[in-house]
Amino acid sequence: MADPHIDVRYVANLARINLTEDEVTRFESQLKDIMGHIDKLSEVEIDGIEPSTHAYALANRIRQDEPQESLPTSGLLQNAPDQANNQLRVPKVVDA
Amino acid sequence: MSLSSSSLTSLRQQLTSGEISAREIIEEVVNEVSARDSETGAFLSLDSETALAEAEQADLTLPLGGLPIAIKDNINVKGQPCTCGSKFLSGSYTAPYDATAIANLRAAGAIPFGRTNLDEFAMGSSTENSGLQTTQNPSAPGHIPGGSSGGSAAAVAAGMIPAAIGSDTGGSVRQPASHCGVVGLKPSYGRISRYGLVAYGSSLDQIGPLTRTVEDSALLLNALAGHDPHDSTSLSEPVPDYTESLEEGVAGMKLGLPKEYFTDGISPLVRERVESAAKTLEGLGAELVEISLPHTEYAVATYYIIAPAEASSNLSRFDGVRYGNRAENPADMLSLYKDSREAGFGSEVKRRIILGTYVLSSGYYDAYYLRAQKVRTLIRQDFEKAFEQVDTILTPVAPEPAPKMGDASGDPLKQYLADIFTISANLAGNCGISVPLEPAEELPVGLQILGPHLGEQTILRCARAVEASR
Repeated sequence: MADPHIDVRYVANLARINLTEDEVTRFESQLKDIMGHIDKLSEVEIDGIEPSTHAYALANRIRQDEPQESLPTSGLLQNAPDQANNQLRVPKVVDA
Repeated sequence: MSLSSSSLTSLRQQLTSGEISAREIIEEVVNEVSARDSETGAFLSLDSETALAEAEQADLTLPLGGLPIAIKDNINVKGQPCTCGSKFLSGSYTAPYDATAIANLRAAGAIPFGRTNLDEFAMGSSTENSGLQTTQNPSAPGHIPGGSSGGSAAAVAAGMIPAAIGSDTGGSVRQPASHCGVVGLKPSYGRISRYGLVAYGSSLDQIGPLTRTVEDSALLLNALAGHDPHDSTSLSEPVPDYTESLEEGVAGMKLGLPKEYFTDGISPLVRERVESAAKTLEGLGAELVEISLPHTEYAVATYYIIAPAEASSNLSRFDGVRYGNRAENPADMLSLYKDSREAGFGSEVKRRIILGTYVLSSGYYDAYYLRAQKVRTLIRQDFEKAFEQVDTILTPVAPEPAPKMGDASGDPLKQYLADIFTISANLAGNCGISVPLEPAEELPVGLQILGPHLGEQTILRCARAVEASR
């Protein structure tokens, strides 16, 4: 299996989290232990075994396409940290 | 016995006979929590006025009419906070809707009351990972209550409320139930709708009741189970009356003892209690059968790939845009995400997001995530084969009784390894229940009874026999 060393800073960027120096050091050592244990899985013979995405295989379940009541805009926006004109507001993404 | 420490069944009898009123129950629960929870720390918030108003309107003809149920703080109850034990949501989120489990409880007449503490976003097995407060084990002061539904288990064990709801992704209902000395049921995957339960590992999560008695567990499952159009993984199989077959006993039942679970890794006291419970059931006419679940030793590794992978995806919604914590004056969009998440999440949540992101990242997906999904199939097949031989499987819930507070908090791998007996049921989608045995040196110990998919009636019946034999 792959090298159990994790470049924590690189992965944190993928996960969109800032970490402190202390967290980077701590996580590197803890995740090394955890990946060391996880490497046990390389012993298992998995040829020809189907992966399970769920505990219980369910086919797509489709309901009639009928309009139903949904949360009102006010309900969706009631927890928004910032909003304007009935929309979520975020920092500028594209310069004019 | 006080009302707050009674069983649901007994309260229901007193309510319907007119001895007590729904208002009196809520008043006593409010008084008990106000007087005693400063010691236990089970509750994060209470809405006493709403509960008292609901008690006035309670329909006592319904199966749970007027009965208060505490709710783990990762399940949405309209108009109430839902912190998930996280600073990310604390003080800044009010649920705009009821989870289906809550709607079902209300439809059965119950009154959701009080929000219980948990490991942040249900990640942990001690409740020490809560970003908001510490919860003590009321049955073993100085010890952890277990987790992640530690607040729910502690609230019931302390006698502050008759029953509570938790969620179980890798043992988070069964293990705190075992550590606190109450009954904890994880139904089969899909038996109860997950709509409105804040997602941790979507293919593993399941809501379940924590109660004083097995009968109460069945009573709550009656109300909670069923198909929900809002959750496509919820099952449409009919919901039986789970209380009906409780007293049918275990005579003629075959009970499996998996040899991989009774190893040197478990404390001799726990082992002795579990084996003694098995003997008791044998004395009641059950047959004990040694079975094998050969992939048991791979369960922790499999779980700690799949659960963090799903968590890293599920928790991407906490981005500082839609709800919860938002960084002040971020320079740009990327800083908004990164700074909001840094400040809002605690260490365990960050650790699992990093682990989950890593196993899903380019170059590692096949080696870790895909391989884990295949081993998951093998673990499920182990159980399918075992349940061709036996009706239920008896195991310990945890290798040891509740550890002391702080004992394992610096060593995540050590904590993960202690989940060994509970996580397989989530990986396989089976049902399981923890029922209290005689305490070991004054620390509660539970017996885990595992059943096949939709085998809830069988495990409840078996659990009832254990309970009745004490």
